[in-house]
Amino acid sequence: MFAPLIRWLDERLDLDGLIAPFKHKTVPTHRLSYWYFFGGITLFLFIIQVLTGILLLLYYRPGANEAYESVQYIMTRVQFGWLIRSIHAWAANLMIFTAFVHMFSVLFLKAYRKPRELTWVSGVILLYLVMGFGFSGYLLPWNTLAFFATKVGTEMAGQVPLIGRAMMIFLRGGPEVTGATLTRFFGFHVAVLPGLVTVLIAIHLFLVQRQGISVPPKLEVQWTANPSQKREMKFFPNFMLREMMAWYVAMGVLGALAAIFPWNLGVKADPFVSAPAGIKPEWYFLFMFQTLKLIPSKVWLVDGEVLGILGCSLAGLLWLLLPFFESDQPARTKAWITGLSIFALVYVVGMSVYGFLAQ
Amino acid sequence: MASLRNKVRPFIAARSAGLAGYIVLGACLSYGQAANSCLDCHSALPDPMGVTQEKFSQDIHAQKGLTCTSCHGGDASNYDPDQAMSRKAGWKGKIDRRQIPQLCGSCHSNPAYMRQYNPSLRTDQLDQYHTSMHGKRLAAGDTKVAVCTDCHSVHDLRAPSDPRSTVNPVNVANTCSRCHSDAVYMKPYSIPTDQFAKYNTSVHHDALAVRGDLSAPTCTTCHGNHGAAPPGVDKVQNVCANCHTFQAQLYEKSSHYKAFQAASLPGCVVCHGNHGIQHPTDAMLGTGSGGVCMTCHAPDSKCDRERAEILSNLTQLDGAIKDADQSLHLAESSGMEVSEARLGQDQARDSLTKARVTIHTFQTALVNQDVQAGMKIAAANLQAGKGAMVERNHRRIGLGICLIAIAIILVGLWLYIRKIES
Repeated sequence: MFAPLIRWLDERLDLDGLIAPFKHKTVPTHRLSYWYFFGGITLFLFIIQVLTGILLLLYYRPGANEAYESVQYIMTRVQFGWLIRSIHAWAANLMIFTAFVHMFSVLFLKAYRKPRELTWVSGVILLYLVMGFGFSGYLLPWNTLAFFATKVGTEMAGQVPLIGRAMMIFLRGGPEVTGATLTRFFGFHVAVLPGLVTVLIAIHLFLVQRQGISVPPKLEVQWTANPSQKREMKFFPNFMLREMMAWYVAMGVLGALAAIFPWNLGVKADPFVSAPAGIKPEWYFLFMFQTLKLIPSKVWLVDGEVLGILGCSLAGLLWLLLPFFESDQPARTKAWITGLSIFALVYVVGMSVYGFLAQ
Repeated sequence: MASLRNKVRPFIAARSAGLAGYIVLGACLSYGQAANSCLDCHSALPDPMGVTQEKFSQDIHAQKGLTCTSCHGGDASNYDPDQAMSRKAGWKGKIDRRQIPQLCGSCHSNPAYMRQYNPSLRTDQLDQYHTSMHGKRLAAGDTKVAVCTDCHSVHDLRAPSDPRSTVNPVNVANTCSRCHSDAVYMKPYSIPTDQFAKYNTSVHHDALAVRGDLSAPTCTTCHGNHGAAPPGVDKVQNVCANCHTFQAQLYEKSSHYKAFQAASLPGCVVCHGNHGIQHPTDAMLGTGSGGVCMTCHAPDSKCDRERAEILSNLTQLDGAIKDADQSLHLAESSGMEVSEARLGQDQARDSLTKARVTIHTFQTALVNQDVQAGMKIAAANLQAGKGAMVERNHRRIGLGICLIAIAIILVGLWLYIRKIES
């Protein structure tokens, strides 16, 4: 049925030539291959975010007097509006989760090594941007929790020495969190961040395509010594079909979460009431939040909060540059980086759980 | 006067003999401050003659620059007691209780004088006092009644807005109770002394002392302060109407208003009580222990049947609101968005409150109008809750179908992969 159309396109675009690189591309097959799926699932969830985000834009109105009501309208009046919003909110959380899983899998499989340093750098920046998506998107329904979470979050940004105050004013659109902050965050969420993320995803995918998929160092040493042991599958269609299966599973999980636990709208923000007791940020910021809470108010002569924020910023920068500390040789990978990776995973999970349980 | 001098004389002798240095020291320490020989002695005297610098510095008059001599006369700059407290220096001595209102009024009834301190302060307190039960009795020679200093305190008198003031709204009832709850002190007047105990159990006390609502009534709100007097049997509803406007308006148009006036019954108080007013409940319309209607009305009379109908309708609306609340709570706990219906519940509750206010018309048809309006809203909200649960079930069925479809696709893909890889 589609054959004439495909032939017509082929005559003009040389379809065979376009998909030729994918036909030759292979994916290493070993007992840890399934970790490779998480990058694809993250991409799938990003696509879901773009599509549901566009649908939400049809009804959402940014503004302190309209935002909450427009989301309420989407949830109650718009046909399947509840489903679109719930999927958008759940997919955002799942995307950040799978991005973290993808990052740690890359870390433990040592896939960041030469020549893939830039793939790691682009991936970590993508993770930071995705967290920025989460932070900016959280405010958009203009409910109480979002309002105060933004207030606390931007206040923390204001603690950065020298540029903190200017940065906070820039983020808030003024000295306080107001409707101007909402409009600004909306702009970041639907224009600035999507633009940056799309460009970075393109670079990330180009690098993955260009450099091929990494093999764990031990396996690489074995396969180099004995090429007959090497196991691979074709990217297209074998790996692609498996990736599709993973996407369908992700879709099922997403649908179940959205239908059984529709995302709560909460109570409309009121800037004149006091912050709810025990307010906490979203789970992906919890480990940083808890770290800042545990630092004493004064460490020697330095303000504890300032020290914590500077420490987190420095850790984030070093994390970005991690591949540049690694050895070029697969047989000589550095054990301290593996140790640091395990510590980072335990720290993030442990602090998040502690932050969740803490009063 | 002679006895007072005798009491003070030992202190004068002591000072003359051995405390000259103390005076020099005191003079040095107080350099730059106005001399006040009164406090030098009276701070060392026992009560009721004692007034310390610390106590007097809390007094609003002292803070505004007035001194002992402003009320008592005399010369505070003179350290010779005989000269400081001499008639020549204008010394008045202890102010006679009967003169206190007049003395306070000499400033507080002078608008031109008071304007320099507080232009918004009233200056009719003395005139009001003369109309009060306290003022009338004082004029008749009864010196046991309250004068200004009994309520406002003296030498440490604070502004009423100060929470430590004896006339701050939260302290007024305590201040009044110092006399009015003293059965022995009040015995000659033959009036009850249980007002304070009853007030402490009332809804008004709860609002003022527990919830901290300073606009809630205390003794002076209903009885007046400087013009304090019982409201009068036929004027009770005027007093209550200051806050409970709608109830009073409806009551004045009702059949009960004329009947109560004819029987010399004190309006609102007949059903609600006075000092011990409790939070009104629908049980007041019942025939149980909290019921008030059957105190006057005969069972099975027309009024009794109307009472029963009103009670039944109110109970019905209350129940309908609770049912809708339960239904919406269930929907909310299932993750459904029902905030609009939640908002509607507030309207239903408003209708119930309005119906309870309309009871003061004592007309069943008018009460029922409000009840029916509330019933309609509560029914719609109940339906919204049930609808949300139906919608939840539809979503889950839809989810089930989608998951089955996804499972079939997964199996298909897996079989296809096996086929191409075999």
